[in-house]
Amino acid sequence: MTLGEVAKRLELKGLVLPDPGRQVRWGFCSDLLSDALAHAGEGDLWLTHQRHLNVVAVAKLTGVAGVVCVRGLAPSPEVLSRARAEGVAFLLSRQDTFELAGRLFRLLQGEA
Amino acid sequence: MPAEPSILLRRVFPVPPDAIEEAGKASTEVRRLLRGMGAEPEVVRRAGIVCFEGEMNIALYTKGGRIVLVVREDRVELLFSDRGPGIADIDLVKQPGYSTAPDWARELGFGAGMGIPNMEKNSDEFHIFSRVGQGTVIRATIYRRRDDLGRSGKEA
Repeated sequence: MTLGEVAKRLELKGLVLPDPGRQVRWGFCSDLLSDALAHAGEGDLWLTHQRHLNVVAVAKLTGVAGVVCVRGLAPSPEVLSRARAEGVAFLLSRQDTFELAGRLFRLLQGEA
Repeated sequence: MPAEPSILLRRVFPVPPDAIEEAGKASTEVRRLLRGMGAEPEVVRRAGIVCFEGEMNIALYTKGGRIVLVVREDRVELLFSDRGPGIADIDLVKQPGYSTAPDWARELGFGAGMGIPNMEKNSDEFHIFSRVGQGTVIRATIYRRRDDLGRSGKEA
């Protein structure tokens, strides 16, 4: 399923969305950067509370399809501008990680 | 013993202490350079992760240091060195979960105690030397694949 489609179905607001056609393969939840570096996979949608500059670097390094900021915690304009420059998608959800991950899991599972 | 394959590229990246927001720039640049040289995605990915973790360690825990990237025909080498304080027990920092990160760093998602294990996991060769009061040196080597060597016209 594409990032644009996932965003629509899960009511995610696209803060930076360089490629809505990018495929989302699976999801990943963690607030630990080293955990994300070790275990987030290419094409995963990464749900996290972290919203500082280093998240952009980790997203780029892991090749995730996008970063979803949960619970309405939006990153600063500086972070979004770095994301734009690096071509990293950032989306915003009002829901918490548990609920959003549950919905994403059902959505992607239904597709499998 | 045969001579080491010649150096195709060498770059030095200074890493200032405490510049957490700046950290990540060296790894971004390393990825860009390697991709530009035609290294395969898996080598770029592993080198990027090793570099990011090493860069963060220098920025978070030391008085500053530098990263040297050396690309040879058959391998990518990343050399990290810093000006201290050094690591007293190397075995301890290699243990997943061990961290000395302060609370403020943990709140930013650092200090999972996976930095050094992640570096080791993504390297084919990994050496760490440290002297308390002086500093730490890490040498991480990632080998390029045989088919990649073939493309450059040289066989291993």
